[in-house]
Amino acid sequence: MASITYGAQPGQGPNLPSQQQSYLEMVRRKRMYGGILMVIFVALMASGWMTAEMRNAGGFWNGLPQLADFPAEVLTEAWAKRAVIPALILEHVPALIETLNIAAVSTLLGALMAMSLALLATRGLARWPRLIPLFRRSMDALRAIPEIVVALVLIFILGGGPVAAVVAIALHTGGALGKQFSEVAENADLKPVEGLASVGANWSQRMWLGIIPQVAPNWLSYALLRFEINVRASAILGFVGEGGIGHDLKLAMQWGQGRYDQVVAIFLLLFAAIVLIDQLSDHYRNKLVKGT
Amino acid sequence: MTTNTLSPNLAQSVTASFARKRRIAIAIPLVILAYLIYAAISFDLASLAQRARFDNAAILLSDFWSHKTHVTRDNRSGELTVAIEGEGKGTYPANLIPDWIVTDGAVTRIDLGRGYSVTYDAAGARMIVPGYGTIDIRPVDGKPVLTAPEPIPDWISVAENKVSVTTDAGRLSYSRSKVETFKYEAGWELWFFTIDSPFFDKSFTQLASLAVSSPRIDPDRSNFGYMVSEFWTNKMWRHGDVLWAIFETILMAFLGTMSAALISLPLGFLAARNFMPLGVFRGGVRRVFDFVRGVDGLIWTIILSRAFGPGPMTGAIAIAITDTGSFGKMFSEALENIDEKQVEGVGSTGANALQRARFGVIPQIMPVLLAQVLYYLESNTRSATVIGAIVGGGIGLLLTQAISTQKDWEEVAYYMVLIVLMVMMMDSLSGWLRRKLITG
Repeated sequence: MASITYGAQPGQGPNLPSQQQSYLEMVRRKRMYGGILMVIFVALMASGWMTAEMRNAGGFWNGLPQLADFPAEVLTEAWAKRAVIPALILEHVPALIETLNIAAVSTLLGALMAMSLALLATRGLARWPRLIPLFRRSMDALRAIPEIVVALVLIFILGGGPVAAVVAIALHTGGALGKQFSEVAENADLKPVEGLASVGANWSQRMWLGIIPQVAPNWLSYALLRFEINVRASAILGFVGEGGIGHDLKLAMQWGQGRYDQVVAIFLLLFAAIVLIDQLSDHYRNKLVKGT
Repeated sequence: MTTNTLSPNLAQSVTASFARKRRIAIAIPLVILAYLIYAAISFDLASLAQRARFDNAAILLSDFWSHKTHVTRDNRSGELTVAIEGEGKGTYPANLIPDWIVTDGAVTRIDLGRGYSVTYDAAGARMIVPGYGTIDIRPVDGKPVLTAPEPIPDWISVAENKVSVTTDAGRLSYSRSKVETFKYEAGWELWFFTIDSPFFDKSFTQLASLAVSSPRIDPDRSNFGYMVSEFWTNKMWRHGDVLWAIFETILMAFLGTMSAALISLPLGFLAARNFMPLGVFRGGVRRVFDFVRGVDGLIWTIILSRAFGPGPMTGAIAIAITDTGSFGKMFSEALENIDEKQVEGVGSTGANALQRARFGVIPQIMPVLLAQVLYYLESNTRSATVIGAIVGGGIGLLLTQAISTQKDWEEVAYYMVLIVLMVMMMDSLSGWLRRKLITG
C-alpha cells in the first residue's frame, strides 16, 4: 500500500499532483469495496430475516404485540401470589445447587482434560511432537460436537440423571479450554523448562514445575469464564434433557397457568445466580490477569 | 528488599513462604478431590451402573453403522412382508424382494449368510445355526413350542408366548401372531433412493449412464433432474428437509449475531465513559446490558417462542437479544480503551460528533469488534442447535425428534455428522474471514 500512497520511486522526488491523485484513487476504491460489502451484507440480512419470518410459525408483526402478554400474564399471577414466592425460591435451591454442581464438576473435569491436551498439543512442549496434529484435531472434534447431542444420547443409555450432562459439558469444555490453554502455553517462557531438563527432570516434572506456574493465572481466568458459560449450558441442558433447575423450569412451564408463581421463583433464582457468578468471576478474573 | 543485609529474618520468611506454597500445592488437589467425591455422592454415581442400559448402547452403536431388514410372516394370514427397519416407507413390493429370501408357495427360506438360515413353513419356523444345530419352533395350541439341542443356551429365550433367538447373523422371534427375522447389514440403507423410486438398487455406473442417456423415465423431465429430485425428497432420510434445517440453524446464528452487533454498537457508545458523560444514563444502559445477559438465552427463548411461535425467526431474535448484552459490554469496554489522539485529530478538522465517531473511533475498534463478532458467530452456530431444540426449528428440532423416537439411531448419527460438519465449516469460515478482514 505504501508504494501506491506515496507513488515515489527510489531516487525520484515526490510528485505532488500524482500523489494526491493516487491517494484519492485509493480512497475511492476503498469506498467502493466498502459500499459493495455493505450492500451484500444488507441484502443478506434483509433476505435472511424475510426467510426466517416465512418459515416461522407466527409472523413478526403478529407476534410483536403479544410479546408482553406472556410475561404480563406470568407476572400478574405471581404478584397475586407474591407471599409464597420466597418459600418457592427456597424450595428450588437444591435444584439450583445441582445445576451449579453439574457446571462445576464438568468445568473441573474438562479443565483437567484440557490441561493435558493443551500441553500435548503445544509446539515446544509436547511430549510427542509428531502427535501434535492428532491432539489438535481431537480438540477441534470435541469442540465441534454440541453438548446437547452427547447429552441426549447419554440420557438414552444412562437413563437420565446429571451424569449425562456432566459428561457432555466436560467433553465440550475439554476441547474449548484446550485450545485457549494451548494458546497461552505457546507464549510461556521455555527457560525454566530447559533449566529443569538440565537437572534431569522428566516431562511431567518439567511441565508441572516449569510451565504450570507461568500459565496458571491465565488458565484459571479462562476456566472461570468457562464456568460462567457452563452454568448457562447446564441450565439449558436441564430444560432439554433432565436434571437441575432447567428441568424444574420446564415442568413448571408445562403446567402452565396456576404454576406461574413457580416459574417466577425459578426465573428469579436463576437470574440471581447467573448475575452473582458473572460478577464474582469478573472480579477474580481481573485480579488474576492484572495481578493486583 | 536490600541485598547487603541477608538477615536470618529473610531466610526465615523465605522458608516459611516455601512451606506455605508447598502446603497449598498439596491442599488444592485435596480440595478438588474432596469436591469430586461430594459430587459423586450427590449425583448418585453408585446406582448409575444399575440404571445404565448397556443393551441400549449396543442397539445405538449397531444402528449407527448398520441397518436391519425385517422379514415378517403374519401367522394368521400367512402374509409375508419384507421391510427395512420394519417401516412402511421401507417395505419391498413383492417383485423386488431381495434374493436372500426365496419364497416357494407357503415356504419361505431366508439365508442369513455364514451358514445361518431360517425357514418358515406351514408347520412353524426352523433356524439352522452352524456349530449348534437346528432350532425348531412350532405352534401347539396357539403357543410356540421350542425343540432344540439340549442344553438350551442363553441366547435362546423362551417365554410363554414368545421364543426369540439372537445370533451374530440375525435374530428370530416367534410369537403367537407373527414370526419375524431380523437380518443386520452394514451401511445406511436407502440413503440415495427409496424402494419405490425407479433408481432403487441401481449401481453407480448404471445411474451415471441413465443420467446422460436420452430415453426419459418420466417424460416431463430429464433423468438427471428426476434423480436429483428423487434423492432430495427421499422419504426415509428426507435430505431436502435436513439440509433446510441445517440452513435454518446457520441462518439463526448469522441473523442473531449480526443483528446483535448492529444494535449494540450504538448502545456501546452510550455505555462508554468517554462518550457519555452523563453517569446516570451510562449506568442505566449498562444495567440493561447486565439484565439482558443475566436473564439468559434460555428464558428469552421461552418468552419469545410464546409470542412468535416456533421457528427460526424466534431463535434468531433470542440469540440477538442475549448477545446484545454481551456485545454491548465488550464494545463499551473497547471504546473506553481507544486512543483519544485520533479522535482529537479528526475533531480538529471541524468534524462533528458523528464524523468523529466514524473516522476517529470506528477504525480503531473495528479489529476487536470483528474478531469478537466472528468468534460469537462460530459459537452461536452451536447454540443455535440447542435453541432450535427449544424453539422448534432447524437441525436441533430434527435431532431431538429422532432421539425421542428411540429407534431411528441411524438418523441421529446422520444428523450428528452433519452438525459436526456444519460447526467445523463455520469455524473455518470465520477463521478465514478473520484473517482476511483483520490482518488484511
